[in-house]
Amino acid sequence: MMADLLRVEGIGKTLGGRRILNDCALSVNRGDLKVLIGPSGAGKSTLLQCINCLIPPDEGEIWLDGERLDRTNSAELCAFRAHVGMIFQDFNLFDHLPAGENVAIALRRVRGFSRAQARERALTELARVGLVDRAHLYPAQLSGGQRQRVAIARALAMDPRVILLDEPTSALDPELVGEVLSVIQELARGGMTMIMATHQVEFARVLATEILFMEHGVIIERGAPEALLAEGRASRTRDFCARLAEFRIND
Amino acid sequence: MPDIAFFTQTLLPALNRGLLVSLSLIIPAGVLGFLGGVALGCLRAFGPPPLQRLGDAYTALLRGVPLVVQLLMIYYALPGLGIYFEPYGAALTGFVLCTAAYQSEYVRGAIQSIRKGQMQAALALGFSKRGAVIWIIVPQAARRALPGCGNEIIYLIKYSSLAYLVTCMELMGEGKVVASDTFRFTEVFLTVGAYYLVMVTLAGWMLRCLERRFYVPGFGAA
Repeated sequence: MMADLLRVEGIGKTLGGRRILNDCALSVNRGDLKVLIGPSGAGKSTLLQCINCLIPPDEGEIWLDGERLDRTNSAELCAFRAHVGMIFQDFNLFDHLPAGENVAIALRRVRGFSRAQARERALTELARVGLVDRAHLYPAQLSGGQRQRVAIARALAMDPRVILLDEPTSALDPELVGEVLSVIQELARGGMTMIMATHQVEFARVLATEILFMEHGVIIERGAPEALLAEGRASRTRDFCARLAEFRIND
Repeated sequence: MPDIAFFTQTLLPALNRGLLVSLSLIIPAGVLGFLGGVALGCLRAFGPPPLQRLGDAYTALLRGVPLVVQLLMIYYALPGLGIYFEPYGAALTGFVLCTAAYQSEYVRGAIQSIRKGQMQAALALGFSKRGAVIWIIVPQAARRALPGCGNEIIYLIKYSSLAYLVTCMELMGEGKVVASDTFRFTEVFLTVGAYYLVMVTLAGWMLRCLERRFYVPGFGAA
């Protein structure tokens, strides 16, 4: 019955006495791009971090390839996270390592690659995001867009079955958003399975297999973008996206 | 006219003998104290809460009691409990325990200054918490702690002169013997002071080389 690649059910989280997530469920099939949309503070980020247990959910179940994750087993949790890539809003590259080593270190220390194997694989992944000539530079010497592309290469190097993207372009200057989105678009076209929180409505409209609209810690609407964002459709999602666009114009 | 023979035949041979003992105290105490400080700092930042509190208590104790008192306790008080140390062993033990406590404070502060996202990114890649600390957090924290830790090494060089109080005949001890045998206090203590000044200057230069060696653009205090 669990044909989905990744499935979460009944995820709930209370932080500091405040209910952040309530009974969130979603599932992704191979090659899906599911997009989480919603106002700031809706719980999109928390949900993504609950999926790979960076924030341990208070309740709920997680399955990867039909296997239920036992969150109390730390070896199993590490193996699970190695299969589930994560891209952060503020990149979180390892500040003390050059770009190539940022990609290579988990290959060596988690996957057990030799130094040479890891180096070779890192250069392959950096080439995929167009940064092979920046492998020797430290994070502080890269632009925001380049940093995020290194972070994507770092996640890809682990051969993830699914990648979680937590507002990958929100910390970028507007002119750098495009280079990151086009890398993500390439991944989507290549069949990479992804769950992405974003405010990039146009991106979601074109590429998402499903949009999930979150508010106050609950997924309140879900559906294909053409259905949710259709002209004249009175969905909460459409309303929100229209207001985002309006703000952009006034901006 | 200074008495050249006194220097070449009495004072310098004695001080060089003491210098070797001093170095054989300072170098192991510096290395072990630094490693112990990193381990203790990690324990205090990431360990299970009871161990964190134990680490805090250790640091509070070792920082709260003067080093002279600690050395005298190790050498003169522990035998009462059936624990005996050679003078060299007593001095080295005292220095390692004390310098590790101070180093752990620098390391702990540096760890706390590392952005939370670094740990999250490591965990998200499948690192265990221990692996993330060893491969991601410590290399960053050590860079950030380096100036403070180097300062502690400089202190160590100078407080190694307390070892003579537990009859470990290092630089200061040898100097004191020559001084009380010959009553040439001025020459002896000025020379001893110069020896320490040279050691500290060399250590400062080596620490700057280390900071340059581990410099990462846009990172840390270097």
